[in-house]
Amino acid sequence: MSVLVWIEQSGGSAVASCWEVLGKGRQLADELGSPLVALLMGDDVAAGADAAQKRGADLVLTASSPTLSNYRLSAYADVLTAAIREANATVVLTSATLRGRELSAAVACDLSAGLAPDAVDLRIEAGKLVAVRSVYSGNILADITFKSDIQVASVRPRSFPLPEEGAAAGEIKALDVAMDEAAVPEKVLESKSAGGGEIALTDAERIVSGGRGVAQDPELGFKLVADLARVLGAAVGASRAAVDAGYIPYKHQVGQTGKTVSPNLYIAAGISGAIQHLAGMGSSKLIVAINKDAEAPIFGRAHYGIVGDLFEVLPALTEEFQKRLG
Amino acid sequence: MKIAVLIKQTPDTAELPKISAADASGGQVQATMVINPWDEFAAEEAIDLCDRFDGDSVAISFGPADAADALKHALAMGVNEAVLIENDADSSDSGDDWTTAALLAAAIKAQGEVDIVLTGKQSVDGNSGSVFVGVARKLGHPLLVNVLKITDVADGVITVQRGIDGGEETVSAPLPVVISVAKEINDPRYPSFMGIRKANREQIPTLSPSELGVDMNSAQTAWTNIRKPAERHTEVKIIEGASVPEKAAKLAEALIAEKVI
Ligand SMILES: Cc1cc2nc3c(=O)[nH]c(=O)nc-3n(C[C@H](O)[C@H](O)[C@H](O)COP(=O)(O)OP(=O)(O)OC[C@H]3O[C@@H](n4cnc5c(N)ncnc54)[C@H](O)[C@@H]3O)c2cc1C
Ligand SMILES: Nc1ncnc2c1ncn2[C@@H]1O[C@H](COP(=O)(O)O)[C@@H](O)[C@H]1O
Repeated sequence: MSVLVWIEQSGGSAVASCWEVLGKGRQLADELGSPLVALLMGDDVAAGADAAQKRGADLVLTASSPTLSNYRLSAYADVLTAAIREANATVVLTSATLRGRELSAAVACDLSAGLAPDAVDLRIEAGKLVAVRSVYSGNILADITFKSDIQVASVRPRSFPLPEEGAAAGEIKALDVAMDEAAVPEKVLESKSAGGGEIALTDAERIVSGGRGVAQDPELGFKLVADLARVLGAAVGASRAAVDAGYIPYKHQVGQTGKTVSPNLYIAAGISGAIQHLAGMGSSKLIVAINKDAEAPIFGRAHYGIVGDLFEVLPALTEEFQKRLG
Repeated sequence: MKIAVLIKQTPDTAELPKISAADASGGQVQATMVINPWDEFAAEEAIDLCDRFDGDSVAISFGPADAADALKHALAMGVNEAVLIENDADSSDSGDDWTTAALLAAAIKAQGEVDIVLTGKQSVDGNSGSVFVGVARKLGHPLLVNVLKITDVADGVITVQRGIDGGEETVSAPLPVVISVAKEINDPRYPSFMGIRKANREQIPTLSPSELGVDMNSAQTAWTNIRKPAERHTEVKIIEGASVPEKAAKLAEALIAEKVI
């Protein structure tokens, strides 16, 4: 028996949210009294394998091959399945990134194993995994219990703290899997990153979001949002009203029909706080609202508020933080 | 070219906040049921691909008898045919995502040669984003998720643009494939009045799990302790001050003290 965690690599380095999963995996493994195994796949996995040891894995399985340099489901699923067999894993975890969700589901289906996608919490009860899921678009919580011996879950980013790095211990072992490029049907012809050092909403520790409150000058409004985000090292979010009005692309939308986020700090500027917006950001640790209407519902969920015009408040905040953070 | 599009009937998203724990436990929700909004993008793409590459489309759903309405929405938009997999009346177990995937995969096979299976990005009730993965694995087809654009289909190979975390990728795969579409792929049309009238007259053929040879009691997971998330009540601290810069300074101070910056 073991707990196996897939450490996703992207652009040559490990995806940060996978370490959160490894940290939780450590706790589950200790409760089960079984080893914690990390799996790394790619063309160069040395740095990731070293980091996985430092963050608590008892055993690191690696698969490196040019065929694995680009993520492709069919090749990655073969390796993960081989790793589950090798490690005799009964709990299999990934981060709920796009790839983690897809890969965990594919392997669970192949092995006729139960799956808890996008879990927000995990625990062990009577030797079995129990996963908490948020369903009905954030309006219902449910515990997922498993019948199968192999129990698979993908874990929503920022559900668990990042584990500290310690001294590397344990073993690194190369998996013996034959990769055959000709057997992989998907071909990646081109890939481009969003660039500009843009911070992904779902991973962000801080988010500054704008809403319809920018309407009198949307371009300036979202520039002010982005300016504050930049000094805070924050990602830029938006309400659906702002997205629907074409002020900013859909990928920035937070809420029931957009992204679910749980940063340490969420600043909502010119957002009224509709229930569908709250469904996507209500679990943020600290919420700050800037709104010119003191009666706006967002103040019912915020910890700090400034009643005022975002066109004045945002630049003042940016200036203030610039002074303090240098 | 033959295209299958997978359509789920789900509660109207505007009514999701009202769903009670009892509703979700019983699987019988007190809400207006509609076509899963993400599946409208899949239906639109199916119609569009049929126009571009001269094909036929079939919409497939697994659900209760009234899920036929969601299929009728797809027909009214312009999908050519529809099939409903209706749960056998004497089976209270509706299975898990893999049961659903097995049913849908079997129904797709029953359509003859299907080149492209289109699905939405997730259901607004289950929120799994897993059923299309299961369908692809059970059919043994390559899977391309979060597709932003179908660039080309030629010589048995499909080329798409897909969104990945932090960027985009151009990927190709040999047909047949399963594709889940992103919201960015198109703007779903509204059904025309004529389309609605025609769809309403259609008798939608049904298949049963037993006809498809799928065991409804094979679920590997169960939902328990179904509950509403705890209501959060926060006491807001409104930052007062004589001027905007003064308020900004006070807020900055508070956020630094809270250690979120
Ligand atoms: C099925 C469904 C799904 C939905 N999904 C989502 C979702 O995923 N995400 C989402 O966000 N919404 C979603 N919505 C929409 C949601 O109900 C609200 O309509 C939307 O969140 C409102 O956006 P807003 O707060 O930006 O705009 P408004 O509600 O119009 O609020 C604008 C706010 O800005 C304030 N304001 C105006 N000018 C200024 C100024 N100069 N300075 C400071 N404040 C100012 C106003 O006082 C007001 O409070 C969904 C709705 C439905 C029905
Ligand atoms: N019961 C169903 N009938 C038909 N299609 C479904 C069903 N459940 C899920 N799907 C398809 O699979 C996608 C993902 O659903 P889910 O895995 O439930 O989030 C949906 O957008 C649909 O296209």
